[in-house]
Amino acid sequence: MSSSLLVTASPHLAGKHSTPRIMWTVEGSLVPVIGAATWFFGPSAILVIAAATAGTMLTERLFGRPGSLRDGSGMITGLLLGLTLPPGLPMWMAFVGGMFGIGFGKMIFGGLGQNVFNPALLGRAFLQAAFPVALTTWPAKTANWWMLRGDNLAPPFLSAHAPDVVTGATPLGLMKFEHQGTALWDLMLGTTGGSLGETAGLLITLCGLYLALRNYLNWRIPASVLLSAAILAGGLHLLDPGRYPDALFTLFSGGLMLGAWYMATDLVTSPVTNKGAWVFGAGIGLLVVVIRIWGGLAEGVMYAILLMNALVPFINRATQPRLFGTGRKAAA
Amino acid sequence: MGLFWHSFRHGVHPPDHKELTAALPIRRLPFPDEIVLPLRQHTGKPARPVVRVGDRVERGDTVAEADGHVSAPVHASAAGTVTAIGLWPHPDGSHATAIRIAVERYSAQALRPRIIPEWQGLSRQELVAAVKDAGVVGLGGAAFPAHVKLAPPPEFPIETLMVNGCECEPYLTTDHRTMVEYPERVQLGVRIMMTCLGAKRAIIGIERNKPDAIAAIQATLPTDLDVTVMPLTVKYPQGAEKMLINSALGREVPSGKLPMHVGVVVQNVASLATIAEVFETGLPLIERIVTVTGLGVRNPANLIVPVGTKLGVLLEACGGLTPDAREIVFGGPMMGASAADLDVPVTKGVTGVIALAASECKTQDSWPCIKCGHCLDACPVFLNPQELGAYARAGRWEEMAASHLADCMVCGSCSYVCPSNIPLSQLFAAAKARVRKLKVAS
Repeated sequence: MSSSLLVTASPHLAGKHSTPRIMWTVEGSLVPVIGAATWFFGPSAILVIAAATAGTMLTERLFGRPGSLRDGSGMITGLLLGLTLPPGLPMWMAFVGGMFGIGFGKMIFGGLGQNVFNPALLGRAFLQAAFPVALTTWPAKTANWWMLRGDNLAPPFLSAHAPDVVTGATPLGLMKFEHQGTALWDLMLGTTGGSLGETAGLLITLCGLYLALRNYLNWRIPASVLLSAAILAGGLHLLDPGRYPDALFTLFSGGLMLGAWYMATDLVTSPVTNKGAWVFGAGIGLLVVVIRIWGGLAEGVMYAILLMNALVPFINRATQPRLFGTGRKAAA
Repeated sequence: MGLFWHSFRHGVHPPDHKELTAALPIRRLPFPDEIVLPLRQHTGKPARPVVRVGDRVERGDTVAEADGHVSAPVHASAAGTVTAIGLWPHPDGSHATAIRIAVERYSAQALRPRIIPEWQGLSRQELVAAVKDAGVVGLGGAAFPAHVKLAPPPEFPIETLMVNGCECEPYLTTDHRTMVEYPERVQLGVRIMMTCLGAKRAIIGIERNKPDAIAAIQATLPTDLDVTVMPLTVKYPQGAEKMLINSALGREVPSGKLPMHVGVVVQNVASLATIAEVFETGLPLIERIVTVTGLGVRNPANLIVPVGTKLGVLLEACGGLTPDAREIVFGGPMMGASAADLDVPVTKGVTGVIALAASECKTQDSWPCIKCGHCLDACPVFLNPQELGAYARAGRWEEMAASHLADCMVCGSCSYVCPSNIPLSQLFAAAKARVRKLKVAS
């Protein structure tokens, strides 16, 4: 027996959470969101999300550490990227976005844990720059659930023409360019135009709360994002209700819910300190409202999060915890 | 907040598995055939042997004397013959000089006449000297010589004796059983220690998962002294000195300072019971209570074990290891050291022996740090283990020292919560050694 004894350093016990378990739980929590996307946008949802995920996982497999697919982090990037894309996007674009997100968002930094920017959002930012028209084409409702919502099956690099679909608009687009509101109930449930996974605000909140309860995301980040956005938007609305949308519209329109619960809370690219989480979230919330109201774009969640990602090292540095037995709490 | 909840901030909640032995009365282990007494059984300078190979020793005889102030003597825990003095496996994983004694098989193990005097009527200095002669050290794990704590420098008057009955390490039940079965001894230890320190009050902190211990201690509180029981939140590391003071008194001991700097001395209940015991029986510290537990041992038990008993003998007395036993730990599972060898002896600081079955051991897989920040939420002294871990892996020792590595007590909370299973506390222990070397070199 003594020849087979294990000798390890203390502690000899470990908590029940592991990195793969966190990742796969996040993926599990996205299943209802993907289900809702499929409910609203039909088979197109599955095609786009699958293409983005195939792009991230292939890149992870090619350039990641051996076996790194098993930790589940590559798949999260793909699912989240897919959820931020419009339903009618050609699959090959989603695939390229996934490859870029993992390749340039994660692998060149050294893989899991090393990246500065949220890889899913970096992939989306790349797509937005490369295919601006396709990324802002929002298909209108189709007659049948099973009809594709756009040119999902377009062959790569050949669809130079604008997608041949009847286009609709997102609530944010309507608000910004036509000054037209959307019923709050539609915003909360998700029966509006928009990217695949961003419309069902209430459902996203529930899924995010589940992760917060499991302590797989830092609840301070969504709390801070949503609070700061609501306060700034609500304040502006009070000043001029005719010009600025109210706080609830701000919270439930566009990608704010998906961004607050799933993008900003990416463990790797958010601050490690709890104080830092508040600062980081507040920065995102404020930037989102600023971009939406004064910027040229209808939506600003992606850039707000990417900008704050860049500041994370500074936030960490500025919000180091107070050492036990120092400062005013130390006994004299 | 600390005062209201009777707890400190941060910390972790490992499953405690105390149910394996919490209700088992303490039994006595028969004398083994051989005892091995390392000269280093305490924090400080190793003891100096005073016997030679071939010498005959009686139970309680001094075999090695204290070498300096922060040191403690070692006594024979059974009558027999010294067979060797040389290197032998030590519970901390190294090899250290030890005295081997072949126990006389048919000896009556008769007690010598009183070696330690009665405590009544002794002056403070005489009490401290008697405790030193008895080789008493802290029995909570760190094995700091008890007489040093009994006589703090006069410029730091001690107001409060903080008695540590937390036993926050999972699995262990030695303090628990001591409080349940020997509450009077604990109280006598408190009385002697308060006398030595001149302390005005004593607070006995016990985690709430030991209601029978709280009741037993409560029932035996002295009427003429200011001694109170304080039930505390069940959380690891509640029994760490600074955490305990924070929980009970709402004060943070300043970074880099000791409890005595805020007028407090912390002593563990098993040590106090031992101080009382040496005055009661007149025998030095030659045996201690050890919890033998874990799913890897057939019959878990709380045992009175002669100091120097070999691990294999102890496990044999508990029915032996199960086929799936995987790792044997000396002390608690959070801070204890793995044994590589069944010949390692039980020393004065060994609180327990835990045979972990394969199902209890942690995974050997590790993943990259994902910066989840769970370690920051766990660290009871509010360090940034994530950053310290990154420094340690890069060998940036000076930056670690500047980031308050010295305040880390290697409690293991950060490693425990790390989802990537990064051996943070091992890295920090190694880094502490490197920083010490750098300091010596410069």
